[in-house]
Amino acid sequence: MSYDYAKYLRKGKLPHIWCAGCTYGIILKSLIRAIDGIGWAKDDIALVSGIGCASRLPGYVDFNTLHTTHGRSIGFATGVKLANPKLNVIALGGDGDMTAIGGNHFIHACRRNIDLTIFVFNNNIYGMTGAQYSPTTPKGAWATTSPYGMAENTFEITSLAIGSGASFVARTTAYHVAHCEKMMKEAFQHKGTSVVEIINACPTGFGRKNKFKTPASMLTWMKDSAVNIERAKNMSPEELVGKYTIGVLHKVDKPEYIETYDTTVGLKK
Amino acid sequence: MAKKVEFMMGNHAVAEGALYAGCRFFGGYPITPSTEVAERMAERLPQVGGRFIQMEDEIAAMASVIGASIAGAKSLTATSGPGLSLKQENIGYAMLCEIPVVIVDVMRGGPSTGMPTGPSQSDIMCAKWGTHGDHPAIAVTPASVQEQFDETVRAFNLAEKYRCPVFVLTDAIIGQMMEQLVIPEPGELEVIERPKPTCKPEEYLPFDMDKDFVPLAAFGSGYRYHITGLHHNSDGFPTNDPVLHTKNTIKIIERLDKNYDDIVKVEEFMTDDAEILVFAIGVSARSAKHAVVEARNVGIKAGLVRPLTIWPFPERHLDRILNKNKIKGIVVPEMNLGQMTFEVQRVAKGRCAVEGLYSLMLDPILPSEILEKIRRFV
Amino acid sequence: MARIDIRLGGSGGQGTITAAAIMGYAAVYAGKKAVQTKSYGPEARGGAARGEVVISDEDINYVKVIKSDILVALTQESCDKFIVDAKEGSIVVVDDFMVKNKPQGNFKVYSLPIIKTAAEDIGKSMVANIVMLGVINQLANLLDFDKLEKGVLSKVPKGTEELNKKALRAGVELAKAAMK
Repeated sequence: MSYDYAKYLRKGKLPHIWCAGCTYGIILKSLIRAIDGIGWAKDDIALVSGIGCASRLPGYVDFNTLHTTHGRSIGFATGVKLANPKLNVIALGGDGDMTAIGGNHFIHACRRNIDLTIFVFNNNIYGMTGAQYSPTTPKGAWATTSPYGMAENTFEITSLAIGSGASFVARTTAYHVAHCEKMMKEAFQHKGTSVVEIINACPTGFGRKNKFKTPASMLTWMKDSAVNIERAKNMSPEELVGKYTIGVLHKVDKPEYIETYDTTVGLKK
Repeated sequence: MAKKVEFMMGNHAVAEGALYAGCRFFGGYPITPSTEVAERMAERLPQVGGRFIQMEDEIAAMASVIGASIAGAKSLTATSGPGLSLKQENIGYAMLCEIPVVIVDVMRGGPSTGMPTGPSQSDIMCAKWGTHGDHPAIAVTPASVQEQFDETVRAFNLAEKYRCPVFVLTDAIIGQMMEQLVIPEPGELEVIERPKPTCKPEEYLPFDMDKDFVPLAAFGSGYRYHITGLHHNSDGFPTNDPVLHTKNTIKIIERLDKNYDDIVKVEEFMTDDAEILVFAIGVSARSAKHAVVEARNVGIKAGLVRPLTIWPFPERHLDRILNKNKIKGIVVPEMNLGQMTFEVQRVAKGRCAVEGLYSLMLDPILPSEILEKIRRFV
Repeated sequence: MARIDIRLGGSGGQGTITAAAIMGYAAVYAGKKAVQTKSYGPEARGGAARGEVVISDEDINYVKVIKSDILVALTQESCDKFIVDAKEGSIVVVDDFMVKNKPQGNFKVYSLPIIKTAAEDIGKSMVANIVMLGVINQLANLLDFDKLEKGVLSKVPKGTEELNKKALRAGVELAKAAMK
């Protein structure tokens, strides 16, 4: 049984710019299935991105799409949402876009708990500019700007989101296709700031110089390293070394920003 | 019924002007000496059904107003020197993507943190060339609290009419002083509403290069399209074609040139028989007017050229006067080190002497200093 | 009425800037033009605070006060600092207790118990700035008193109207007595 993606894709805008072996195409398909699954109308979706490989995604899908400046997708998305709260607003970008140049906007959106869905495509590298290290490049890893090995510590994106106040935080991977779709759906349906970190692979920029000889080996790594949050609960710290958890890591009910604002200032009684 | 006369601070008048013009969103970040604009909007916007947000930084503030405009709300931000520098990348985005927004810049002494409470007129070039690349720019320059209101309304109209960001370039003195303000009745000043596209959604070309103006459809209105800060084709999708990139860049700049008469507003005071001109904006223009009156009182044929639009530069106005009158010289008083003087010299093309009168002393330039310069041309 | 440049000097917290704004508002309410500005330049340094307002029947071009037609000084420091910019033949009002060294020059000096009147007769020293407005309005015949009073009362905090009304009138009486 094949799923028909065409009704959400923009005719004539493919092929995409992503390299062979890049996992962003998988995420694009998960995104389409997730949106289709919850039944949002195309007119009611605003998809906002920053700059980078991931941020080119909005150009391919038939929604209201906004490709903004580097790191600023959340700022633009905040304005869109405040001007028209009926829109379902999604902000997406890579690890560099969202947590380096856009880090301030990321944490403040979480703090406000504004009803945005934020997808961070984490491939541990700046792909588009040619493999420079990002805030999520692992210690010791090679990048064109860490030719002797990455010396900086990394951001843990989901912890950053939880600490900043996001009310829904999940992690998934490009390998876990059905899981990714599920996490996206749950994020869409959550009222408040929802953050999903999506572990991705950049074979061209990261993999090839960091002991992943083939794109497939990076997917194997995702499969082997990811532990479902439920299963992780019964595992010892030793067993979890070198692994990461996937699933809904954090979910709380708390007042959404625009609703709170509208009530506070008297726009809504 | 007699009109209600207010005695209002200049920054508050900007906010009231914005509301009159139909502004329904403000995204800002606190910065002296512009903060009163944000404060007033925070209080007033909810009263008219709009929303206010104080963003985490100047960059996000600029991003939020562009986003809100794309979703259909007339949007305002306000800032000063360092904040203007930070906003520039996104201002360029709005210029390239033809998004109407209004940016109030209450000029203070720079560069850097500079003189946070000290008035200045040193962002004139920053408003025109602050963001990188070739681009269109409109900046209006009020000189009174009444004009803070009226010119903000005009700034919104120009933004909508020409689908571009418009600066309200004011200064700390005009912004922070209190003066009489007559708030016009609804309908008294023209307010241009954003037109909506009428074509079928599938035929909509939001950046049609072959049309002077295309209505900007609000996100969510049924016209799904793509906006990108990359150079783009008529349909909004990226292109690397240098021919299209050239064509589009020239189009959005020439759109302003073509509409010079509609955009560029200049007060000419006693210029009919003038032999000596003073060219000044904002608070300096008030000193200049005082000086021109005094000059006339002692028989000197002085006149004032006061742009209320500094970008596009009012060169056709100046040109006309220089061709008509026998001008001995032009005095350009400005609270910077010559940003406008160089432009006046460019337009004068050697037809007369152009003398700058510069000050970084934070107080307005004294009429007596301007008069002294005028006398030198007699 | 041609342009009148008013400078109200004191120390921080005496409400001179508020008084200048209220005077401007009342002038506009009375159908005149007014501009109230803040101070920025080198002269803004130091401990002396000032409120400045220009009122006129005509358009006001230059927005700031340079030489004063009316100077009020509630402290010695502000008197010493601002007296050099008092016009010839202008009005200078000083607080008789705070300003011991009376200014000398070609202007008319009124030494009046402004702060004492506010503190003792009205019972609140903070209304000295309103007493001051009553004084200068009477001395210089600036605005129709009813307009001034309405202007003042609409700009003072709610609940203090009576107090301010008394202060304004006390100022007028001080001036009347001084003009005799």
